[in-house]
Amino acid sequence: MGDPGAFLDGNALAGPLSEILSVEPTTAWWRCPHCKRAGSLAQLHLYGPEPGITARCPGCAYVALRLVREEDHIWLTLGSESGAFRFRTA
Amino acid sequence: MTSFSPGFRGRPHSLAQRLPPGQYPTESFPVLSAGPTPRVPAEAWSFTVTTERGETRSWTWEQMMALPQQDTVTDIHCVTRWSKFDTRWRGVSLDVFFDGLETTAGYVVADSYGGYTTSLPLADLLGGRAWIAHTYDGYALSPEHGGPARLLVPHLYFWKSAKWVRGLRLTPEDDPGFWESAGYHPYGDPWREQRHRGD
Amino acid sequence: MALAWLPARLVGRRAQTATARSLVFTVPGWPGHLPGQHVDVRLTADDGYQAVRSYSLAAPADDDRLELGVQAVSGGEVSPYLADQLPPGERVEMRGPLGNWFVWRPEQTEPVLSVAGGSGVVPLMAMIRAHRSAGSRSLFQLVYSVRGPEDVWYREELEDGGPFLDVRFLHTRRSPHGAARASGRITAADLREPTARLDPVSPVYVCGSTGFVETVGDLLVELFAGRGKEPATIRTEHFG
Repeated sequence: MGDPGAFLDGNALAGPLSEILSVEPTTAWWRCPHCKRAGSLAQLHLYGPEPGITARCPGCAYVALRLVREEDHIWLTLGSESGAFRFRTA
Repeated sequence: MTSFSPGFRGRPHSLAQRLPPGQYPTESFPVLSAGPTPRVPAEAWSFTVTTERGETRSWTWEQMMALPQQDTVTDIHCVTRWSKFDTRWRGVSLDVFFDGLETTAGYVVADSYGGYTTSLPLADLLGGRAWIAHTYDGYALSPEHGGPARLLVPHLYFWKSAKWVRGLRLTPEDDPGFWESAGYHPYGDPWREQRHRGD
Repeated sequence: MALAWLPARLVGRRAQTATARSLVFTVPGWPGHLPGQHVDVRLTADDGYQAVRSYSLAAPADDDRLELGVQAVSGGEVSPYLADQLPPGERVEMRGPLGNWFVWRPEQTEPVLSVAGGSGVVPLMAMIRAHRSAGSRSLFQLVYSVRGPEDVWYREELEDGGPFLDVRFLHTRRSPHGAARASGRITAADLREPTARLDPVSPVYVCGSTGFVETVGDLLVELFAGRGKEPATIRTEHFG
């Protein structure tokens, strides 16, 4: 946690995603569209949290989601090619 | 193009005047990452400019190092609110790479080893304001800071200064990069505090 | 539903190693949690700057008292402050409980294997304590990798854990005098006997640094391959 270049895993997404999801997310099943590896959201590799959280496939580093926070909003981008959703949090 | 008396700033300015709004000064050089750090040996590195018509110009490491080199001392500003004064870089001005290139494109996407991208207006890369930097503070740029070479565009927030840069693609329209498409500002001027899209 | 940030008051601090601390907070309105879950801790500076980090809970819920395990990381922004600077009686903010994936529930009855590297023992300790207080008669195993004997957290509790807790210490750099195992990194041999005691559906929990978790994960997948045990029973949590 002190090494800024190192990554955490998807377990640490539980807090940030709790601001916009009503269901606990870390048990969610996900299959990488690139390398086809399947697993739970908890197993994703996390980079950040600044300037945003990037969650990547543990097998091939494909970008599974990005999460950017500003004061009253959270931006959530699912996958590599889709646009960002901006959620109001306050 | 030759840089005389690098770092000379005339009368001393107070540090506060050099600090964009919402920033704090730091002595350290924080490393932010959005993915695994690519390890690219200089001999495997190349840099390619691709025009909107698909024409390309490429440079190997050796060819890039044979271009006119420039030393630059500049302040850098990260969107995560740290600013670092008087950072010393050595590299090649983007003007050199674009010299004589025919284009009507207004925008550029920088592509990096590892898949990172960032987007900005072409004009911001020209006029002696942007470099391909390979040396920081007298030493070869480390992989953590974007080595072997990174883009250096110090007048914009530092996420625009793409680490591990491998090429520039000219585009007629702004084509948002990794952070620009995920909530950050398309332009990113620290003095206007353009952090997020909508700022 | 967004979880609220709750004020959390520091009421206890105890050294586990030279750089590791157990911190006890009281959090009025705490909804309770499962062993293995974590909290987000938020610090706010005078100028409004905020930093949020995740920390594992080290014990089952005890009304509004929470125990965290914090390893001070030199140069870290948050952990050295929590470990040694936050004055007793002062408050931070917390939200949680967080994460349903890396949890052990007292109603689980299969034998368990947990593998910890360094401070990765913290969420596993919450499971071990819950296992004990539930009076569970299933076997709970902990393989605990540390650099040297002085790096062991929760030593007394782990050495005196009763008949249903099986703890093996692995020393990577300095072994105690007379140790049967030479110091060195974890190998398949260290996991062969503990894995042999598992059911096909037994959960395996692995927590530690990224490199440690990846190494152990690979060793386990190899050990399971010949035995018809699914790699999906392995649950991991890692940090920088």
